This record gives sequence, C-alpha cells and structure tokens, in this order.
Amino acid sequence: MSMTAVGPVPPAPHPLQPHAARLVTVTPEAPGIATYVFELADPALRARYAFAPGQFNMLFLPGIGECAISLSSDAGEPGRLAHTVRAVGSVTRAIARLRPGDAIGLRGPYGSPWPVDRLRGRDLILVAGGIGLAPLRPVVYHLIRHRPAFGRVQLLIGARVPADLLFVSEYQAWRAAEIEVIETVDRADETWTGRVGVVPVLFYQLRPDPRRTAVLTCGPEIMMRFVVYEALARRIPRDAIYLSLERNMKCAVAVCGRCQYGPFFLCKDGPVLSYDRVEPFFSVEEY
Amino acid sequence: MNPTPPLGTHAAIPKPALDQVLGALRDAGYTLVGPKVADGAIVYGEITGIADLPVGWTAEQEAGRYRLRPGVPGRLFGFAVGPHAPKRYLYPSTATLFRTRRTAEGFEVLPGEEAAPRYALVGVRACDLAAIAIQDRVFLDGPAPDPHYRARREAAFLLAVNCLEPGGTCFCASTRTGPRCTTGFDLALTELDEVLLVEVGSEAGAAMLAAADWRPASAFELTRARRALAEAEGRMGRTMDVRDLPDLLYERLDHPRWEAVAARCLSCANCTMVCPTCFCADVVDTSDLTGGEAARVRVWDSCFNHEFSYVFGGHLRPNIRARYRQWLTHKLATWIDQYGVLGCVGCGRCITWCPAAIDLTEELAAIRGGEPT
Repeated sequence: MSMTAVGPVPPAPHPLQPHAARLVTVTPEAPGIATYVFELADPALRARYAFAPGQFNMLFLPGIGECAISLSSDAGEPGRLAHTVRAVGSVTRAIARLRPGDAIGLRGPYGSPWPVDRLRGRDLILVAGGIGLAPLRPVVYHLIRHRPAFGRVQLLIGARVPADLLFVSEYQAWRAAEIEVIETVDRADETWTGRVGVVPVLFYQLRPDPRRTAVLTCGPEIMMRFVVYEALARRIPRDAIYLSLERNMKCAVAVCGRCQYGPFFLCKDGPVLSYDRVEPFFSVEEY
Repeated sequence: MNPTPPLGTHAAIPKPALDQVLGALRDAGYTLVGPKVADGAIVYGEITGIADLPVGWTAEQEAGRYRLRPGVPGRLFGFAVGPHAPKRYLYPSTATLFRTRRTAEGFEVLPGEEAAPRYALVGVRACDLAAIAIQDRVFLDGPAPDPHYRARREAAFLLAVNCLEPGGTCFCASTRTGPRCTTGFDLALTELDEVLLVEVGSEAGAAMLAAADWRPASAFELTRARRALAEAEGRMGRTMDVRDLPDLLYERLDHPRWEAVAARCLSCANCTMVCPTCFCADVVDTSDLTGGEAARVRVWDSCFNHEFSYVFGGHLRPNIRARYRQWLTHKLATWIDQYGVLGCVGCGRCITWCPAAIDLTEELAAIRGGEPT
C-alpha cells in the first residue's frame, strides 16, 4: 500500500479536451474548399472510433480555437476521418494552412445522424446546396454499400458556380451505383452546359411517390426552406423530411447553450432533425 | 460535545451559536462564503463568522433599483437575494478547461482546473437551491457531465435560509421554488426573533450542527416559523402566471410585445449575468507570445451578446427583439422541454438589476394578455 495524500480530488479530464490526431491527406475540392483526412494518434482510440452519416467532429488548433465540422467520409471506414472544410473563419483558415503530418485536436463524433437504417426500403431524394453536400456524402457511401436495400435514389446538387461543385470526380461512380445525380448551378460560365437555377426548382422534374419517399437536405437555410416547400407540395409527409441545421457551437455536449434551436440543442438533438419537429420554429424570423 | 441530530431534525440554537456551526465548517476544511455588505449591496464573499453578515441590513428592490437600508436591528438574514448567486462558486464565470503545450510531435494537452475548492455556501435561499438543482441537470445529466462542476458541487456544503422577508421583485411563490427550502440543503435556517431554527437535511449537516448547543425546536417555535413563511409567501413583490407554458410562448413568437420590449432593452446581458440558472458560455483561446503554451478558457456568455449567434454568413439574431425573445422563451418555454422545469426560479434578480427596469413578469403578462398575431 502506498500513501496517498488526503485532500480535494482534482477534476477528471474535461470532456472538451481533444484527442491528438494527425493530418494524413489534403484534397482540394473547390476554390477555398478542401477535404482533410485525419487519423487519431492513439491506435486504441482509432480502433474504437465509429461514426454514423451526418455526425460531426470538433476540430481544434491550440491558441486558435475549435469548430464543428461534419464528417464527409465513409462511415464504413471509420479510421479515415475526412472533413470537407471551407476556409472562412480563424480556425478553418488555420486548418487550410496545415500540411500532412501536422497535429490537430479532434473530438467526436457528435450529433444525430441521418436515419439511414429507418429509411430502408424507401425512395430517397437527397438535396445538397454548396458545402451541404459534405454531410450527405456519407449517406451516398452508405447507399452504395447497401444499394439493394433502398428504392430509387435521386441526389440534387446545387452550387453557385460550376467551380464550386464538390466531389465531381465521384459522380460517375455514384451514377454507376444507380444514384441519379442531378446538378445545377446558380450562375453558369462558358464551361457549363448543364442546368442553371436554384436547387429546389429541380423538384419540378421529379415525380416522387409521397408514400415511399423521404427527403434528406443540407444547405443554406433559405434553400432548405424551399426544399421543404417543394416536398410538402408533393405531399411528402413532414416526418419524412430531414434537415441538417447549423448554429454556432462551442461545446458539442449541450452545455454552452449556443446551438439552441427552440427546445433543441443542435449538437445533441440535431444537427439532423425531421421537419415535423422543427416546423414551429422554422418559419419564425430571426429565431 | 453535543449529540448528533438525526436527519430531518428541527433544532433550535441561540443566534450566536451559528458561529459554532461556521467554526465547525471552517475546521472541516470549508471556505466560508456568505452574504456581506460590499459596494452598496449585499453580495457573496468570504466570511469568517456572524460578524461579517449584513446584520441589521436589508435592501429595497424594485425594477432597475436596489438600495441598502437599515432593517430590523440584530437580524442576520433580513434581506432578499442580492446580485450574486451561488452559481459564481459552483460554475465560475471563468474556468480553464485545459491547457496545451507545444511538443516536437505537435502539442500535448494538460489539465486546466486544479483541485476544486470546498465552499460552504451560507445563506442560500430556496430560489437558489432550485437554481442549483437546475444547473445540476444542465451540467451533470447531459451527454458529457462536467467534471469541474461536479467537483465543486460535490465538495460544497449548503447552509440554506428560509426567506421571511421577500424583496420587491421576488416571485418564488409563483414559480413554486420558495420561500421555504424543501430539499437540496445540508442545513436550513429559519430566523426567529431570538433563536435560529435549524432543519437537518444531510448527514454532513447533522455533523456540523452537533458543534452547536442545539435543542429540539418547540412546537410553538415551529408554528411561528410556519406562519412567518406563509406570511412571506403572501408578500412577494411580484407574481407570474406560469399556466400554459411552454405552449403560450410558442404560439406567440411573433407577438408585437417583442418589438416593444426591444425598444427598451439595452441588450447589456445584466439579466443573464445575475440569473442563477443561465448557463450559456463561450470558450476562448489564450496563448503566450510564442504560441508554445495555450489554454481554452470557458467564460460566461449571454444570448444578448451579438456574437452569440454568429455563424458564417451572419448573425442569426441580429436585433434585440430576436435576442430578448430567445432569452425569455428559453427561460419560460424551451427550458421546460429541455429539463422538465421552468428555467426561472422567481428570484427577481433580472428585474432588479436591469438598467432599463424591464420586468419579465410584466412582459409575460403583456404577451399573455395580448391577442396572438
């Protein structure tokens, strides 16, 4: 028996403490946007780590800060943690300066996933605006892995300009897996021969069966507002429309209070919520 | 040595014997924190004994107004709550979550807070006990219990006081969180003219009371205490109709009253700083000049601050109307969905300490009374 000091017990490690991780690869995706693949440093932790499509991690750089970033990789390969990041703030700009091998802090996964298991057997319409495609890409990978379990799958992708379209090199493989990829851009340029217009307008060419269709959408709130409108106009039920919402987040464990959206903490109850739950707040101005 | 009173005992001690209890707490390693007069108000601070309490003082409280006044001579606890809540000791306004140090491989993570202080909080009122119970749910029942809060909370001794002189902005009778301390205390005092009645709420409380010359309270004393509490309940400066919450507010998120209150609200965040239940926080990064050592520091934040709702693309609550609505609907509506209770304990601090004299009981009544739009 060794002598132990009697006195106050130091608190346990704080849940906001990150785990050490390392940048493995960087893939440029679009102007200002790249996909960063991280790997947890601790092999035991790496083996234990698992996530579901739609969840996010908190990425941390000492002295700079921390931000919530969705996982954009295949949940079937949880050792490889891809995050598609647009460099817009202090943390994301610092991430953009990292080189492979550099250290980063990472904790997660957090948040509610897309309910892919509950949607088996259904037709799916995935609607992504801009970088909103990143949290939906794990759904695409999941569908490819379990393609026979789902009905018709249509993926509507919108970007401001053609150069902003994400993951373009993968569309062919997605189409080969019988995912109908339909892209549109707000503003065309001389390279563009495809559709022009905002994403919700693409609904006019769909003929969804409202009894078997679910909609999964992530993008600017104004886009999602019109996606919900188009889906409801096609009699898709409120509880079959899923949105991934965004608010300021500092803790990801429902104590900083910043990500509140009505009664929901988007870090814990969200970011993915069905429309029937958010409807009372969704159209309230500046809520 | 006196016998140790069993749990639930209603004891009586002469007023000076409170010093024996406080001395026992100090001897047990607690830092005594209690009400004292400082900066023209009754605030919490470190005390050594009865002499440091605001003996004979009281305070007038109204919307946007607080004035110290001489009260009943010799009265130890003849005042309602001041601007400070126990929150500042259990969930301090600034806390280092962890630190980092640069290494050859990148950086290492080091612990933030050292050992938790052991506070004996003296004079905690029923509203603040209710607020502590609420913050327990926030910090301990969530997906990742907060070890800093837990360490402080578990180390704390709560010496509560039943409120016999509610203030002008109090309404705990409406929120059913007072004025009597019913649970969550180690010892609860009721101050009568010549004695202190002491209710034993925990084994730790019993052990501390044993340091004083206690005797069982008489039936007459207990009746007087009960009457005084019933009378206090009828003398609340404010009332709040809590029926139909949360739905009432969910239905009136577009009520014109939000615009009207926004015209008076300064968005100064005073209400959230004095609120014993408000828990919202920011996390800020600090580093030394070389960037070799850094820390993540949690600081109290407020939904009234402009940056609070910032995401890339803009401020989601860009005006005071949206921010006041967020605060009030959180306190009185969404809080119920989140934690099963109102986020307001009726302490009245946000009314007293609002520089614009905004009164949430009045705002709620106006929203309730007006037609939904």
